[in-house]
Amino acid sequence: MAAEEQLTIAEKLEILEIYKHFPQKSAACMEALKVIQKHRRWVSDPAVKELGLLLDMSPAAIDSIATYYNLIFRRPVGRHVILICNSVSCWIMGYEQIIACLMKKLSIDYGETTADDRFTLLSIPCLGTCDHAPAMIIDEDLHRDLATDKIDAILNHYA
Amino acid sequence: MQRPLTQHIKNDGTWLTLQEYEATGGYQALKKALQLPPAAVTKIVTDSGLKGRGGAGFPAGKKWETVPMGKDAPAPKYFIANADEMEPGSFKDRLLLEGNPHQLIEGLIIGAYATQARFSFIFLRWAYHYAAKALTESIREAYAAGYLGEHVAGSDYQLDLSLHISVGRYMCGEETALLNALEGKRANPRAKPPYPSASGLFGKPTVVNNVETLSNVPHILANGADWFLHLSKTAEGGTKLYGASGRVKKPGLWELPLGTSLREILEEHAGGMQDGYQFKGVLPGGGSTDFLTAEHLDVPMDFASVMKIGSRLGTGTLIVLDDKTCPVGMVRNLEQFFARESCGWCTPCREGLPWTAKLLDALETGKGRMEDLGLLAFQVDYMAPGNTFCALAPGAMEPLQSALHFFKDDFERHIHEHKCPWQ
Repeated sequence: MAAEEQLTIAEKLEILEIYKHFPQKSAACMEALKVIQKHRRWVSDPAVKELGLLLDMSPAAIDSIATYYNLIFRRPVGRHVILICNSVSCWIMGYEQIIACLMKKLSIDYGETTADDRFTLLSIPCLGTCDHAPAMIIDEDLHRDLATDKIDAILNHYA
Repeated sequence: MQRPLTQHIKNDGTWLTLQEYEATGGYQALKKALQLPPAAVTKIVTDSGLKGRGGAGFPAGKKWETVPMGKDAPAPKYFIANADEMEPGSFKDRLLLEGNPHQLIEGLIIGAYATQARFSFIFLRWAYHYAAKALTESIREAYAAGYLGEHVAGSDYQLDLSLHISVGRYMCGEETALLNALEGKRANPRAKPPYPSASGLFGKPTVVNNVETLSNVPHILANGADWFLHLSKTAEGGTKLYGASGRVKKPGLWELPLGTSLREILEEHAGGMQDGYQFKGVLPGGGSTDFLTAEHLDVPMDFASVMKIGSRLGTGTLIVLDDKTCPVGMVRNLEQFFARESCGWCTPCREGLPWTAKLLDALETGKGRMEDLGLLAFQVDYMAPGNTFCALAPGAMEPLQSALHFFKDDFERHIHEHKCPWQ
């Protein structure tokens, strides 16, 4: 593993602090993955291996968890992650126009990242804001009542 | 009309602080509960008839009664609020989490005391960032005020509460899958029995209740079981958060007496259909409930009545299908969701849902054949209750089986016209 890929002392301390609260180390796995992702946007293979050493788990066991949960990213993502709701109420209220508009403006498909590393586009189940459909989340910001003519203004917030 | 759950929620988008919550009588019910033996608290909740508001409608008090009590009971016991709201078309718990987090925390502490739990968790979905802020701050306040920790409200009862923020997957809302997620594992469901009340988190007795269920508990303790029973229009007690989304004039969320008719919710509160759109059908309680149509509009929206006409109250949030939206397309969207969110643990769900989604996609894109309708009916049987570990696949079949029944002509038109007639 290249030096810059190693988990930092800060990351390790944060993970140690978490697993103190669980009756078994492996229970902290998901929380630990969140810590790593918070620091480096995604979870690389070397990070999975190193986390295994910390939690007494095999890399495969860690990966079985990392790949189960859709909000743990096992591939690099852009500076901003767009999570657009494609569930039923948003679909009824015009999700398909919104996603077509986003894909055209960003020139990417689902699961892809723009060439300038600015946006990654993913779908997410129902965001629980169906009375303001269609909706999406960018980073941690909820955008509701989406319309194709509002998309540019929203994207401009994210450098 | 009384609205115990929502009457104090502010409309400026901020949540009630501890001070504001206490000014509404907050945490008085907890103090009252702590004066009673735990079993007496459970009995009040059982007598109120409070049914689980997460969708299944299981009586909350009955769940608490099954937790082993006494000094020989396994320890530590756990108590969990399920705030993993992810049912398509459901947006009711969000309001309670963002608007009045202390109401939930008080209900959770009362439930934990009634079952003598030592640790409690709020299991929150990742996407509810604002709720996470509200809960983090409110838990801090509750600790500082002595409602959590070594001596809950000055009593000998000790309880800790942590906020767990999940990292996705619809499956986590299923209570045994939620327990696996909380243990840091894949969120596959567990075989039942044993039920979580006997062997739950880390193998210890555990109760999992929905946010709306627990938010009712302080009011039941404060006002009594009889008061709660009389809030509703039917034999089942309480109010219910009802919502509506789709092409209605005023999509939204309303706290109404349990048993309010589907017609009243749709026509009075949601304002009827938008101009230019006709009502065609409705999923009464989220994505995994059966369609109802115009002939059902006078049904009282409670658990027993909706079940009697072949659907479920579920989460009580209506998803309205209009005449300009293709019913096959709508069901395809739902089945694609369920196929994607299947955990793959048991065969009927893992294999059946993607097959179902593919059949519907073929129909919607004009490539369907008449025998596909028979195959879809086969899937409905194949994923019927009892054939799977959990309710995901049987739930997924509910909108499909009812759509095949009520919108049969629309399915056949896709086949005869070799395209979606709505496109």
